Amino acid sequence: MTALTLSRIGHAYFGRTVLDNIDLSVAPGEVVALVGPSGCGKSTLVHIAAGIVEPLRGTAAATYRRHAMVFQEPRLLPWATARDNIAYPLRIAGVGRRTRHGRAAAAAERVAFDAVDLDKYPVELSGGMRQRVAIARALAVDPDFIFFDEPFTALDAALKRRMQDLVIEAAAAAHFGALFVTHDLMEAARIAHRIVVLDLNGNGIAGERALEGEPRGREDAQIFAAVQTFLKQDPLFRHIHDVDERRVA
Amino acid sequence: MMGAALSRLGRTGSFLWSAWSGLAALSLLAALWQAGHEAYGDFILPAPLATLAAGVAILSDAKAWDVALLTGIRAVEGFAVSALAGAALGLAAGYSPATLRLARPLVTVLLGVPPIAWIVLAMIWFGSTDGTVIVTIVVAAAPLVFVGVAEGVMTRDRGLDDMARAFGAGPVKRLTTLGLRHVAAHLFPALVVALGMGFKVAVMAELLANVGGIGGELARSRANLDVAGALAWVTIAVAALIVVEYCIVHPVRSEFERWRAAARPWGVKR
Repeated sequence: MTALTLSRIGHAYFGRTVLDNIDLSVAPGEVVALVGPSGCGKSTLVHIAAGIVEPLRGTAAATYRRHAMVFQEPRLLPWATARDNIAYPLRIAGVGRRTRHGRAAAAAERVAFDAVDLDKYPVELSGGMRQRVAIARALAVDPDFIFFDEPFTALDAALKRRMQDLVIEAAAAAHFGALFVTHDLMEAARIAHRIVVLDLNGNGIAGERALEGEPRGREDAQIFAAVQTFLKQDPLFRHIHDVDERRVA
Repeated sequence: MMGAALSRLGRTGSFLWSAWSGLAALSLLAALWQAGHEAYGDFILPAPLATLAAGVAILSDAKAWDVALLTGIRAVEGFAVSALAGAALGLAAGYSPATLRLARPLVTVLLGVPPIAWIVLAMIWFGSTDGTVIVTIVVAAAPLVFVGVAEGVMTRDRGLDDMARAFGAGPVKRLTTLGLRHVAAHLFPALVVALGMGFKVAVMAELLANVGGIGGELARSRANLDVAGALAWVTIAVAALIVVEYCIVHPVRSEFERWRAAARPWGVKR
């Protein structure tokens, strides 16, 4: 039983292959962190899985009920208030105005977004609050699967930690599965059940490591130790911090 | 609900309050006009108050209202056709780069030909009818709307499009919830210009094509060397434009641009 199955996914931009032969499956309620060096095609893969990009080869089969997505940038509608932004996916789904405002308020509460700020426009909110709105927007549709595309990269360390806690709590409470793209191994080790490493050139999956226990119960010391082991002793993570700016798409 | 009503009341109040600065600018213009009057005398430039009195005298005649209304209807008809045609074609061109590449030179040609030339052509084609006026307005104003809308579509945020797609929005939903909303911000300035263009071209076409309306009255004032009457008609035409612009176009636009005002909570707004 899987929530999401990617089989033999391949993709190319203007003839340059960025992904090839990717096989990956995610179980219901499982959070999988997808890591790899910058420019290896992680984002493209998650965009394909979320249905934004049509893959050149292979198929993405989903058995979950409803998915949502959180992007690297908040991607909020500048002309809509926080409330309308959170309710936007419900508007697409054709939910009535009153109902969707109620559900937006509930979603905002789940991410500890202050109700008095719901009538503000994105320009009036700080970076962290905007990303909170983006997470609330994803939670508002009551998804059983969420795609995260490096959502906290632009935030500072303290804020990043708070946002990660938020996702860990929400995932445990709502029991949604997730594909979480990140290049921060520490983040992956905090949030996920399993870490999948993409090949340096996007040619298949290089390997994967399961993490012990539930993300919610993990101690910081345990996470540090795991990351240290990965980086120092595990050859799988050898290229994780390689960066080639020319290939960053 | 209460808060929304209050904030609307506040916005309306501040909009009305901003009329003072507009009034100040108009008074400044009137002062310059008065100075010109005192320098050059009654015949060349009648006093603003005299013009106003002439205007009031004209408008107290019911026939004059029909004349002004005739021009207003022609201008608005031409404006409506240009807005619809320009917006529809602009949307199509914005979403189809090939169409835009074909349309760009045509727009340059259309905008490059002076409206006066179109009036002559339209007079030959349509004779002295409403058609002449409306066609001239459309030819002059539609390209402006077209360019505004096409620019709007092209500058849309593709990231938002992807976001909407990730949440399951089809092309139609994306157009209605994102595309049109973004285009509106570009459409309104273009509409303001097009409306002004509509009125100006309407008066000009009426004057040249001799089809009545404010332009027709201007032609008669010219024949009678009635400078006060001519100025009064010009004032009436400008007043009609100001009424339409500040009672319809600006309120609608500020409703669309509320989030921009929110970006600068302090200081002078617009």
